[in-house]
Amino acid sequence: MLRDITPDDIAGPGIPHTLRYFDGTTRNVVVTSIETPFPSGELIVSQTDPKGIITMCNEAFVRMSGYSREELLGAPHHILRHPDMPAAAFEDLWKTILSGKKWHGYVKNLRKDGGFYWVYATIVPNIRNKMITGYTSVRREPDRRKVEEYARLYAAMLLDQRSFL
Amino acid sequence: MTLQFAVSPDHNAAQLAPWFIFNTLLQQSLGRPCHLAAETNFDSLRKVLDASAIDIIYANAFDTAFLVREKGFLPVARGTGRSDEALVAVRPSHPARTAHDFVAPLKIAATDAPDVEMIGRILLEPSGIGPSDIEIIRCPNYVLVAKTLISANADAGFFLAESFDNLSHLVRRELRDVVRSKIYVIRHAWLIAPWLAELRTALLSVLMGMTKDEPGRALLAELGQPGGWEEMTSEDAEFMIDLMSTLV
Repeated sequence: MLRDITPDDIAGPGIPHTLRYFDGTTRNVVVTSIETPFPSGELIVSQTDPKGIITMCNEAFVRMSGYSREELLGAPHHILRHPDMPAAAFEDLWKTILSGKKWHGYVKNLRKDGGFYWVYATIVPNIRNKMITGYTSVRREPDRRKVEEYARLYAAMLLDQRSFL
Repeated sequence: MTLQFAVSPDHNAAQLAPWFIFNTLLQQSLGRPCHLAAETNFDSLRKVLDASAIDIIYANAFDTAFLVREKGFLPVARGTGRSDEALVAVRPSHPARTAHDFVAPLKIAATDAPDVEMIGRILLEPSGIGPSDIEIIRCPNYVLVAKTLISANADAGFFLAESFDNLSHLVRRELRDVVRSKIYVIRHAWLIAPWLAELRTALLSVLMGMTKDEPGRALLAELGQPGGWEEMTSEDAEFMIDLMSTLV
C-alpha cells in the first residue's frame, strides 16, 4: 500500500487527487505545478520484477523522484503515477511489454513532493532463458515540443476518460 | 591453436603498443599462443566477428550486445570505475550553450563508433533533432573529428568523452563541449568465445592479477585502465544489453 501525499509533503499550494490503480487500490495525492528539470546528459534507470515492483534504481531516479532508495526498492513503479496521465497510456504500456516487446512514450511523473518531471521513457522486458524475469525502464530528457504536444493529448484523453466514467 | 585476440577500435586505438605487451602477458599466462588482430575500424572488426574468427575481445557495448546475444560469447570482466561516455562539441563561436539550443539541420563529424553516435544523437533529442535532421561526416579518428569541426566543415562533433579530454590543449581551446552524457553503466567488456568457455576463469585471473604487481599496474595505466578490471557476470552483461536496447 503506497503512502498518500498530503499537504504536509508539498511546498506551497497543491491540488488534491485520488489515484485509482489497476489492482483496485487507491492513493490520495496532492500535486503542485512545480516542474523539476531533467538532468542534462543523464538517464533515469530502474528495474522491476514481472509485477512492476522496483528491484533496482540508479542515483538519478532517486534524485528526480524525491524518494529515498529505501522507499523506492520494493515499491510498485506506479508510485510515480501522476494524475495528469490517462489510464489508457499505461494499458498500452503493459499490453506491449507483456507481449515481450519494447514500449516507449512520453510520461509525466509525480514526485514525492507533489511536483512533476517529464521523461521520454523506454521499457524493455528482461528475457532470460525465454522467460520474462522483469523489466528495465530507461528515461531520458524529452524534446519540449513533444512534451507540449503530449500534455495536450493526455488532457484530451483524460476528459474522454472522465466523461466515460 | 593460436588464440585470436581483438580490441575494440575505439579504445586507445592510437596506442597499439601496450596491447601488444598485453598480448605477450596473455600468451605467458594462458600458456597458449595469442595473436592480436589489430582491427582499426568497426567494419573490419565486424567482418572478423561475423566469421567467428575472434576468440577473446575487449569489446564496446554495441559489440558486446551482438556477441553475447547472437554468438553466445561469455562476459569475463569490465573496467573498474570507467564508463563509456559521449559528448557533443562545437566551435567556441557556436550559439549552442545547452542541449536545447541546437537547430536543424546539423552536419556532425563523427567516427564510426556506433555507441558514441547513438549517445550523441540522444544528447541532441532535447533540441528536437531527429535522425533525418543529421548529416554525418565520417572521420577515421577523433583528432580528425576535431579538425573537421575546427575547419567549419561540420556544425558539431560527436566524441568519446575520454578521447575529447585527451586532445591536446591547442585543439581543445578551439572546441567547446555543450552536453556530455552521464550514463555510467555502458562499458567496454572482456568477452571469450563459447568454444573456449573452459578458459574463462583463467582469463579472469590474468585480468584481475594485473593490479597485483608494478609491471601489471604500469601496463594498466598505459591501456587507459588504471583502476584495473572487475568480474562481469552474465546478468551484468544482460542488464547492460537491455539498457542499450532501450536506447536504439
